[in-house]
Amino acid sequence: MKKFIKSEGGQSFIASILCIILGLLIGYVVLMFIAPKGAATAITTIVKNFFYYPSNIARMKYFGNTLVKTAPLLMCSLSILFAYKVGLFNIGASGQYTAGTCAALYLALGVGAPWWVCVLAAIICGALLAAISGLLKSYANVNEVISGIMLNWIMLYSANMILTKVKESTSPYTYTLASTNPGGIIPGLGLGKLFSNNQYITLAVPLSILIAIGIWVLLEKTTFGYELRATGNNKNAAKYAGMNEKRNIIITMMIAGALSGLGGAFLYLTGFEQWQCTQSSVPGMGFNGIAASFLGGLSPIGSIFSSYFIQHITAGGAYVDKSMYSAQISDLITSVIIYLCGFVGFIKLVLKKAAEKKEGGNK
Amino acid sequence: MILLLQYTIIFAAVLTLVAIGGCFSEHSGVINIGLEGIMVMGALGGALVMRFSNYPASGNAFTLILLTMLAAVIFGMIYSLLLAVACINFKADQTIVGTAMNMLGTAAATVIVKAMNTRINPDNVSSTIQYINQKKAFLVNLGGFEFSWFMLVTVILLVCSYVLLYKTRLGLRLQACGEHPQAAASVGISVYKMRYIGVIISGFLGGLGGIVYITSGVSEWKFENGVAGFGFLALAVMIFGQWKPHRIAVSALLFGLFRALSNVYMGFNFLATLNIPSGIYNMLPYIICLIVLAFTSKKSRAPKAEGIPYDKGMR
Repeated sequence: MKKFIKSEGGQSFIASILCIILGLLIGYVVLMFIAPKGAATAITTIVKNFFYYPSNIARMKYFGNTLVKTAPLLMCSLSILFAYKVGLFNIGASGQYTAGTCAALYLALGVGAPWWVCVLAAIICGALLAAISGLLKSYANVNEVISGIMLNWIMLYSANMILTKVKESTSPYTYTLASTNPGGIIPGLGLGKLFSNNQYITLAVPLSILIAIGIWVLLEKTTFGYELRATGNNKNAAKYAGMNEKRNIIITMMIAGALSGLGGAFLYLTGFEQWQCTQSSVPGMGFNGIAASFLGGLSPIGSIFSSYFIQHITAGGAYVDKSMYSAQISDLITSVIIYLCGFVGFIKLVLKKAAEKKEGGNK
Repeated sequence: MILLLQYTIIFAAVLTLVAIGGCFSEHSGVINIGLEGIMVMGALGGALVMRFSNYPASGNAFTLILLTMLAAVIFGMIYSLLLAVACINFKADQTIVGTAMNMLGTAAATVIVKAMNTRINPDNVSSTIQYINQKKAFLVNLGGFEFSWFMLVTVILLVCSYVLLYKTRLGLRLQACGEHPQAAASVGISVYKMRYIGVIISGFLGGLGGIVYITSGVSEWKFENGVAGFGFLALAVMIFGQWKPHRIAVSALLFGLFRALSNVYMGFNFLATLNIPSGIYNMLPYIICLIVLAFTSKKSRAPKAEGIPYDKGMR
């Protein structure tokens, strides 16, 4: 146990659990303020998510739905994490996600391309959008946070304009893949059978986990990953050691963008949702990705679990009693958790001191 | 044309207020990415006052204006304390905290407004607050030009900010904390106190900017949408204005113009005949922002110590 507290990973784990507990507690207090009567039920509903359904079959099906949306969230969280390791804050993940969605859906619905072409296009478009931020950062000294936000809005309006071409005439939503181009759907490989025949479970779910592991290997076990992390730790030192820091910034942003773009394809190419062409706010996926990556202790493996958790409570928010509360209560809890993640450094310091103190006392 | 002028000025007023807010915070050494969330909170405070006032049936315009502004400012200042506590006392990462504040602002405002709406009318699950009649208190019609009292308030605050930042002891001390906090501390300035003051002033101005924004042009606001990246546009204005209030005001006019175009382009014959989709006009302020930043960020005059938590032991 002591060893666990002293280890870097153990401290991250404890800090994350603390953030979750405090976040849920604050959510509970807010619910109490709105209507004290149903607060306890509401917060347990959020935490229970698909356990809300009494039958096992329904539970498995909705567990599947949560997984379908976890895959894109995991991609966004990996994107943010990857950039953060190199010292970049990729708040533009939402825009890159939108770019990927836009490319994938337009090719699938407008051109009738097969799924793998759409996925590739999503990766490329996400990477290209992020490359703009990278170029601006390295050659014009524009803060990537500001350029990312601007690109988010530019991309949202572009996607709305482009996808209007493949939209139903009577509703603001794009055509469904199933009716227009079933070949555009990512293959399921029969995985849905495991989740009470949930047709939306596709290759995307296992693939996202594999990519997370891949990113971990890339960052921790390769020279290229080491170079990138070195650039993140000290730009000037990396430069003097002969690393091309400008190139590294651009490549990092492109990889990050590719990941978010892929996230867009992973959701919309399952047919789970259609794009709403009158959407007036940037998709929250990229912002929740920030929560997931910090909650996961900035580790790709940790991100798998934290992405699932964030998606779990977001989905759970949909089940709260609407006559008293709104579904956005989960957004509130998520944002409180990110806020608390800012204190992780402080929590770790306290844990470290506590561990040292204990050691001194034992001697 | 008058309409374009009117919208340009009111949007410029919003950007000026919020950007100067950011400028105070950054001069004290704290990057305030959370301006967007502060704007939402300020807007919420002001909108709640307007929603529950009986103007024009009872009460006069002056009291309403005063109370609305007061609420916006107080909401903004209290909310900005979240940033101050985390970043000054706990040395948290300013970007993460700011981002969390932006998300929290929109989420909390939505939850609060929805809870309020459903309590008043169980069938109403929207996150919209209306203030059609109350808004009239802020406007004076000058021959087609709708003068808003907020424009005057902005000009006054702009002058005050300039004086405060450059001509008073407080302002100069504040700036010292953003340039070299250890040096400031060595001559007996409390860096923590100065940074708190900087962040709280940004909450004051950001909150006010929020209420000005949601009363400019529309008479109801859907809080689910937040403030559509305006807080970030303000940060861009601040950078373009090189962290100086007077230059910020000028660059706010430029950005305000492009933002206003998306509201009124239909009124211009030559623009209407070009038949450009409205999406392009919506994008315009953001595109201009990127281009402008690309050309001006190289010789940035950002306060040197901004974004770095103050550590007494460091030299």
